[in-house]
Amino acid sequence: MAVKKPAAKSNVSAEELLGYYRDMLLIRRFEEKAGQLYGMGLIGGFCHLYIGQEAVVVGLEAAAKEGDKRITSYRDHGHMLACGMDPKGVMAELTGREGGYSKGKGGSMHMFSKEKHFYGGHGIVGAQVPLGAGLAFSDKYKGNDNVTFAYFGDGAANQGQVYETYNMAMLWDLPVIFVIENNKYAMGTSVQRATKSPSLWERGAAYGIKGEEVDGMDVLAVKAASEKAVAHCRAGKGPYILEVMTYRYRGHSMSDPAKYRTRDEVQKMRSERDAIEHVRELLLTGKHATEEDLKTIDKDIKAIVNEAAEFSKESPEPALEELWTDIYA
Amino acid sequence: MATEVLMPALSPTMEEGTLAKWLVKEGDTVAAGDIIAEIETDKATMEFEAVDEGVIGKILVAAGTEGVKVNTPIAVLLADGESADSAATPEAAPAADAAAKAAPEGGSAKAATPPPAAPKADTSPDWPAGTAMKTQTVREALRDAMAEEMRTTDEVFVMGEEVAEYQGAYKITQGLLDEFGSRRVIDTPITEHGFAGIGVGAAFGGLRPIVEFMTFNFAMQAIDHIINSAAKTLYMSGGQMGCPIVFRGPNGAAARVGAQHSHCYAAWYSQIPGLKVVMPYSAADAKGLLKQAIRDPNPVIFLENEILYGRSFDVPVLDDFTIPFGKAKIWREGTDVTIVSFGIGMTYALDAAERLAKDGISAEVIDLRTIRPMDTDAILASVMKTNRLVTVEEGFPQSSVGNYITSVVMENAFDYLDAPVINLCGKDVPMPYAANLEKLALVTTDDVVAAVRKVTYR
Repeated sequence: MAVKKPAAKSNVSAEELLGYYRDMLLIRRFEEKAGQLYGMGLIGGFCHLYIGQEAVVVGLEAAAKEGDKRITSYRDHGHMLACGMDPKGVMAELTGREGGYSKGKGGSMHMFSKEKHFYGGHGIVGAQVPLGAGLAFSDKYKGNDNVTFAYFGDGAANQGQVYETYNMAMLWDLPVIFVIENNKYAMGTSVQRATKSPSLWERGAAYGIKGEEVDGMDVLAVKAASEKAVAHCRAGKGPYILEVMTYRYRGHSMSDPAKYRTRDEVQKMRSERDAIEHVRELLLTGKHATEEDLKTIDKDIKAIVNEAAEFSKESPEPALEELWTDIYA
Repeated sequence: MATEVLMPALSPTMEEGTLAKWLVKEGDTVAAGDIIAEIETDKATMEFEAVDEGVIGKILVAAGTEGVKVNTPIAVLLADGESADSAATPEAAPAADAAAKAAPEGGSAKAATPPPAAPKADTSPDWPAGTAMKTQTVREALRDAMAEEMRTTDEVFVMGEEVAEYQGAYKITQGLLDEFGSRRVIDTPITEHGFAGIGVGAAFGGLRPIVEFMTFNFAMQAIDHIINSAAKTLYMSGGQMGCPIVFRGPNGAAARVGAQHSHCYAAWYSQIPGLKVVMPYSAADAKGLLKQAIRDPNPVIFLENEILYGRSFDVPVLDDFTIPFGKAKIWREGTDVTIVSFGIGMTYALDAAERLAKDGISAEVIDLRTIRPMDTDAILASVMKTNRLVTVEEGFPQSSVGNYITSVVMENAFDYLDAPVINLCGKDVPMPYAANLEKLALVTTDDVVAAVRKVTYR
């Protein structure tokens, strides 16, 4: 299997590596289950799966500390699992049940956890970017050293508000890491059909913001880049941009027939660049784990996901009174 | 254990589809993610992937079958070592049950308005009787409100275009930079969409921003953050996330600034659950309501008026006072007709009442002060007394605030009405520049007098 060599300077322990494997596998199995529940009609509306992009959030979270904030778009399940939100609460929100993070009132695209500093889950493309800078503004105002991870896609990178935000984030030295998850397609429009910019992160240069491109299929490369960006922000040097090159295996949403790319293209990424297979290979060749160990992890993850699915089916629908609550604080 | 592969729903609205093609056959081993079939919906042909590994034991629905209902078992997937025969008849699909439960229950909608019993309006005074008063402009009252709240609460800060060094485009933030410094009085670039979003994010992060728009016309650039990000997030988060923010600035027509700088947004914002909408007329109300807005845990739209900024009113001399939301103010009691207005519309309402009094027509004039929540009790109690109603506002006529008030009165006090309600609004045209046309486009005291004569048949 053609996997890339691990990033040169990643001094990562076997335990950490196993942790990343577990976290990425949880996201993948969770999303597969979500796809299944969608097919059964238990999840409605829009449902955007994160399969293929797991190394991005897991690598970025590897450099986060308590107090750091994160905010993202509607493709948000992976981000929630990676920051430690309960799979049961996430899945029950997908099924629109009382036990969901938003009591069933938000759905796949709108979930939050104050406890885990997860600020959504936003359905309007690009809106999370100034919101994320605002979260960073609040930390700078309070005088702590927290940072905010503001995730958005290559599609959102063409929204005007992103550049309004770049300008102010740099002007005010806001501790925000702009993470462009470049999965090559904004719904059905490839990056090349949306812009002639050779790269998205370089646009930050117009505002004086530093950044770099990162291999998003290599969790260790993402982790190394995240550590660098976090250090930059915590030191009070202002924002940083990471353009993380990744790939989504599934359609834009569940109802995407994906005619804008070939099956071969998807298959090639899956078989040659899969982020989870990459870590699996590292674990096995480095003798950090045996096939048996990994099987045990697989089994554990499957149990967690099945438990989440069961919970999401058994949790009752919200009480009818909930229609009228939470409109005003 | 053998599992059933069910006909999937591949879009939010799909109920059935055609199983166009099987890409596997009985006995094939599949892994999670392998494409096993092609399914045609009314919109597209979709690839269907396996979600579990196993062996295809049985294909239950042949390729080419049309009208396969969602959740029909289409194949049986066997785990390691199982045979197709040992796979028991699978249990009923759980989704059917869930779908049945998901059906909406009719008639559960809560009434939007109170029942048609004569309501009791809250007419308690806004400050204790005998409180000393001083004369102040609306501009000074607004500045004082912000300064007082900023002195007591560090989380409160002001951001906007020209709010700091320039001292405010309309001088509402005059002196704040000197007192509070650039950490809390922040000049922004001209970038409404961006700084409104940053303000909302800061509120999510625990601060209490006051975002000034140089005029509300420019807030059109930011309306996505006001509505989708600020107003809806509490609900979408099941009550977890609050957004204590004030969006304030001048709204509506000033003088001779043309169509793009003269729009009144009261009706627009008043439509949105999750927002509170305030539009003061007097300086005392401007101060008490702005202090209340800054303390409110919800997003508040605070609509000011450039022409009113320089007007003087009596303001109570008190260390601290607020005006509650949802409490209208009866400026003038009367018996023959109710005139309901807010903001600068109050100028015409009060002038008209004065003129009408000379002709022996007694008008009761109500200032809503907050459009949302709206003090419908005060309106209904008054209409039940006067039996006639004229509403006055500067905004456009279709779907106006007056239209909503009229519907509330129709539903709750229909039998009390002795004449059709008249909604006086700005004319249904973009604001013209020419002085004579602009005058024609706006509500005037003459218009209010004429409307009252019409509903009182005098």
